[in-house]
Amino acid sequence: MTNDTDTDTGTPAERPSTRSLPVTDVSLVVLVGTSGSGKSTFARRHFRPTEVVSSDFCRGLVADDENDQSASADAFDVLHYIVGKRLAAGRRTVVDATNVQPESRKQLIKLARDHDVLPIAIVLDLPQEVCAERNKARPDRQFAAHVIPRQQRELRRSLRGLEREGFRKVHILRGEAEVTAAEVVTEKRYNDLRELTGPFDIVGDIHGCRSELETLLTTLGYTLARDEQGRPVDAVHPEGRTPVFVGDLVDRGPDSPGVLRLVMGMVEAGHAICVPGNHENKLGRWMDGRKVTVSHGLQESIDQLAEESEEFRARVRAFMRGLVSHYLLDGGNLVVCHAGLPEKYHGRNSGRVRSHALYGDTTGETDEYGLPVRYPWAEEYRGRALVVYGHTPVPTASFVNNTICLDTGCVFGGSMTALRYPERELVTVEAEREWYAPVRPLHTDAPGGREGRPLDLQDVAGRRIVETTQHGRVSIREENAAAALEVMSRFALDPRLLAYLPPTMAPVATSRRDGFLEHPEEAFLGYRNDGVQQVICEEKHMGSRAVVLVARDEAALERRFGLAGSGAIWTRTGRAFLNDGELTDAVLERLRAAAERAGLFEELGTDWLLLDAELMPWSLKAVELLRRQYAAVGAAAGAALPEALAALRLGAARGLPLDELIGRQQQRSADAAAFTVAYRRYCWPTEGLTGLRLAPFQVLAAEGTNLAVRSHDEHLGWIDRLVAADDPAAPILHRTGRLLVDTSDAASVAAGVAWWEELTGAGGEGMVVKPLASLVRGGAGGRGGLVQPGVKVRGREYLRIIYGPDYTEHLGELRQRSLGHKRSLALREYALGLEALDRLAGAEPLWRVHEAVFAVLALESEPVDPRL
Amino acid sequence: MFISISTTGTAERPASDLGFLLHKHPDKVQRFSTSHGEAHVFYPETGTESCTAAMLLDIDPIALVRKGRGKGRGGSPDFALAQYVNDRPYAASSLLAVALRTVFRTAMKGVCEQRPGLAEQPRPFRIALPAVPANGAGEEGGPAMVRRLFEPLGWQVEATAIPLDETFPEWGNSRYARVELSAEIRLADALQQLYVLLPVLDGAKHYWVAPDEVDKLLAAGEGWLGTHPELALITRRYLARRWSLTRTALERLELARLAEADDREAEEVDNAVDDTLEPNDTTEPNGATEPDGTPESNSGPGQRPDPTVAQESKPVSLGVLRREAILAALAEVGAVRVLDLGCGQGELVEALLKDIRVTEVLGVDVSSRALTAAARKLRLDRMSERQAARVRLVQGALTYTDDRLKGYDAAVLSEVIEHLDLPRLPALEYVVFGSARPGAVVVTTPNVEYNVRWETLPAGHVRHSDHRFEWTRAEFLAWAERIAADYGYSVTVRPVGPLDEQVGAPTQLALFRRTSEAGSEAGSTAAATATATTVTTEGSAAR
Repeated sequence: MTNDTDTDTGTPAERPSTRSLPVTDVSLVVLVGTSGSGKSTFARRHFRPTEVVSSDFCRGLVADDENDQSASADAFDVLHYIVGKRLAAGRRTVVDATNVQPESRKQLIKLARDHDVLPIAIVLDLPQEVCAERNKARPDRQFAAHVIPRQQRELRRSLRGLEREGFRKVHILRGEAEVTAAEVVTEKRYNDLRELTGPFDIVGDIHGCRSELETLLTTLGYTLARDEQGRPVDAVHPEGRTPVFVGDLVDRGPDSPGVLRLVMGMVEAGHAICVPGNHENKLGRWMDGRKVTVSHGLQESIDQLAEESEEFRARVRAFMRGLVSHYLLDGGNLVVCHAGLPEKYHGRNSGRVRSHALYGDTTGETDEYGLPVRYPWAEEYRGRALVVYGHTPVPTASFVNNTICLDTGCVFGGSMTALRYPERELVTVEAEREWYAPVRPLHTDAPGGREGRPLDLQDVAGRRIVETTQHGRVSIREENAAAALEVMSRFALDPRLLAYLPPTMAPVATSRRDGFLEHPEEAFLGYRNDGVQQVICEEKHMGSRAVVLVARDEAALERRFGLAGSGAIWTRTGRAFLNDGELTDAVLERLRAAAERAGLFEELGTDWLLLDAELMPWSLKAVELLRRQYAAVGAAAGAALPEALAALRLGAARGLPLDELIGRQQQRSADAAAFTVAYRRYCWPTEGLTGLRLAPFQVLAAEGTNLAVRSHDEHLGWIDRLVAADDPAAPILHRTGRLLVDTSDAASVAAGVAWWEELTGAGGEGMVVKPLASLVRGGAGGRGGLVQPGVKVRGREYLRIIYGPDYTEHLGELRQRSLGHKRSLALREYALGLEALDRLAGAEPLWRVHEAVFAVLALESEPVDPRL
Repeated sequence: MFISISTTGTAERPASDLGFLLHKHPDKVQRFSTSHGEAHVFYPETGTESCTAAMLLDIDPIALVRKGRGKGRGGSPDFALAQYVNDRPYAASSLLAVALRTVFRTAMKGVCEQRPGLAEQPRPFRIALPAVPANGAGEEGGPAMVRRLFEPLGWQVEATAIPLDETFPEWGNSRYARVELSAEIRLADALQQLYVLLPVLDGAKHYWVAPDEVDKLLAAGEGWLGTHPELALITRRYLARRWSLTRTALERLELARLAEADDREAEEVDNAVDDTLEPNDTTEPNGATEPDGTPESNSGPGQRPDPTVAQESKPVSLGVLRREAILAALAEVGAVRVLDLGCGQGELVEALLKDIRVTEVLGVDVSSRALTAAARKLRLDRMSERQAARVRLVQGALTYTDDRLKGYDAAVLSEVIEHLDLPRLPALEYVVFGSARPGAVVVTTPNVEYNVRWETLPAGHVRHSDHRFEWTRAEFLAWAERIAADYGYSVTVRPVGPLDEQVGAPTQLALFRRTSEAGSEAGSTAAATATATTVTTEGSAAR
């Protein structure tokens, strides 16, 4: 047994009294030392108890004995499991085990790499007598005499290779004095700038377009500082905003050095933040003299930099080397990188994280232009942080699952885009010209959304969050998605046609007025309180909701929706409204002809229209429900109540005290009769088109536009023309009555109430009150939340169909209805509906439109009082 | 809700004895609190020659709904409008039965302390019920059902159907009948029989009856139920009711809400479980069961065959033949990792697991309810680990591509395609043949030509109300050939079940084998590769 302890020990005299050991805040710290070298004591002194996972402890967990060596395999399984969980959660973890053998360290390094954190080794190299002495002092440690020397030999053999093994920092402490003098200092990760809260202006890919960058910064409100030659070298915002560049400053464009001069100046002055793009990476490697393929516009940069001074080039090299692949900003709510980053890589540190941040992920395939097909990571992104990136040129920047790509292809003649954060506003500057011809045309779909790819289960299933422009993130629960999946796949029309499902609508706030559950006064007051002065009251038709897609001709539908035909008519849940294809076509033909005559296709520049409508009579679709439910109740009541009354009257004639019961039964009888009268109004026979009435009330969308956000008088203008252009011999299109009300004018409000009384008095269902301007936000300056897009005010008699024949006898209890959930649901579904229409207008891929439409269906299965 | 009980009498046996029998004084109006409302008992007439007692059950529909809340028994406040617009206050349903038992408990026991011996004597009774719900649930309802249940017990039955709405004669009759029952009978027996048979007639969704009340009902059948010729019917309808109780308690209501959003009955949308039960349990025409072709009989779990009712032995069912043919086809291609797409309640999964060569089965269905039923049927929770590791059940829809379906030896689409609207079929074709691309695909579907051999199936009807189409042999073959050509598969088509000279076999099966690796990821429409496609039809029956 050799004793080489002395030969390897350093000279303590040269060591400072304390020695700092930098340890990254998120890392895996591997303690290396023989039994008795004081690892546990060291760990206790320098780390929080919960940060330390010791093999002894794990042995105890699995075997009730910290020294049971036979349990080591299981103990290390547990240790690795715990370490993995902690690292996945981004928590620094210290492994307290001897770790003197390369195999044991190898597993830990793999664990660190699997979780993209830095492995750090701290070696406690103590004389073996010290270790043996310490072990002797512990009665529970009964090692054979050869164990410590063996461990020591293994330790010594390991020392030099630790960095090669993969440890990114290695701290070796030799002797007790050094151990005592050591001080662990927590270091932040380079990519952690969470303390910076902005506000930021995040700028997309530039590619040497210096002039457009100057315009963009100026548009954003920055003041440019210039050097003596008039070249911009810095930019400052009067409100102290910070620009963040997503990389790809260079290559292809006309003035990469000019862009670098400006951006480097801003970064060096501490005025801006910049992450590298793949083009910086490659240019840097070229400048470092590495062998790279000169392509994709690198030659332009090389030529332009040749014109610059050696000093400038050196500055560029240093700048490139110092760039950090991605940054966490604003408390972790914002992540900026060049090519996008899945959540598990945020703030992590590894080769693959850097690679993903710079190049993104690819599927391994190449497209017809020979370019790699990008993996649609953003489609799967469900993270909390907003990820802002560039890299993939898209026609317009749009949010996908809390990510946004800002590369709008300026150098290819597109535009340069910046995102104001936290405002989430986009600022765009058009390219001055096409500076570089694109290899492939700018994608017509969102990044990753491969053109025309079929719908995938991942687009809709499970718990999801759908990002909406109007209402932020809307979450869908798993059970609701499951129900929607069943209905969508078993009963609904082809999703390509199904571009919209109507949102639910909340009723008006409950009325306190005697005899009424709903009354228009509350609607006018409610909107007045929301700051809405102009509202429109629209007659509510009592049929079944129908969404109508009507094409100008078969080819038009095929061109836009990928399916030949005249269009489609569907219900609230996306089913074909009429089982009869011929009848559907007949209705669509009427609409098409009317739209043609009214000149709507021309005026809206479209060859298809999407309409929101009510199709009557109610009995057309709901006949089964009427038979089984409504008429059945009427029939039962009609049979039972008179007989009961007759018996009661006989009893009363005998002198029995039955007057009160008779009174109540008479009331019930009257209520039941009123109920039957109420539903009968909405039933009549139809034969083909005869008897069928379609009342469109909104033109939802036309080619390239979401019309649903236009004001309601504009909508009704189009609709009136449509109705007027119907075949006068046997019209099926039905006008929607309306009245404008000024919520701040008592006389106008009174007129609104009178109109409703008139409508419902004549047997109408009631009316819908909507802000005239359609899409309205509350709060100061209209920057608050969405205002209800409409509320329904249903007639007193109609409500018997909803609340039961004798609901009028129970108004006290029924007034306790709670509207909160319904109102919230109405807003979420409204925002999702608009989102679907926006995505349709933006010619986004099918899965994006379908995602929003599917979400409406899923929300419809949320538990909410069905009577509302 | 109203019932009247009348009797006639003589000076020796005055009709007014009814007051003693019922333990309710003829000159009083009495009020009783029952679990669902107030019951009022009074006598419209009383005398020696005739006497009538009446009970009016005043049900508060709103309280009824509130009562069900938060009980976890389907009393969810949001379940359905059906609860608010409800026939319960008017129709003689199981609520009336419960009230009868509460109010006339002593009379129902046949006890009359004040007049000993009176209760034991039969006497002429006439019972009038102005609105009795008599649901068909797959059989003839209305007056016929009333007669079927009461006449064997000696009642003279007058039952007239009540029209739904005279304004709309085309809607036909309601499920209610006005009923008058007359018999010479002991009052206790009459009450017991009403107590049991009213809920049987009702058979409707009746969410708020606790399960133990079902047992009480069964107890009341003692002495007469066992010899009733319709015992099987009565028992089955009990079990159906109990089943619907558990169902509303256990199943999720999301689908029901979606049905309601579309003005539909929940059963119209949430009908996947029956769909999958039917094809596998349908026997050939000379067998005991018949295809489910009548729309009425697809109204939910109510008509699930009762496993406890003994059934006469019958020939091997078509479902069994079909499974055997599928297993044989899978064995032919040597499949060990198998997808059961549209696995329903897991009949095929169960059969696959019995084949030790099969190492992995992934059952996919879009219906959560079917998957739950399948897991129950397979007893997944009690399966040994080794067995459980071979099977997984997941929700999926075959109109969406799904990475989980990739890399299998074979996929089975047994009686699945016909449940998809024809325009949606290309989506399924792409998902299965273009995206998942298993080594082999087995497709079975009905042969519509054979339908003329089902005597019970009306001409022109499909075999199941959810079948969106049924193909002839030529149509199926053409489809199979096109799919094979488009996606790089070869295909053989064969009949399953007894082969008829003119119309073929009831089921047709296509076995596809992949011949080309191409087209899997290309995202291109059908990979119309130059691969030679072989199509053969085999003339012989699989069995």
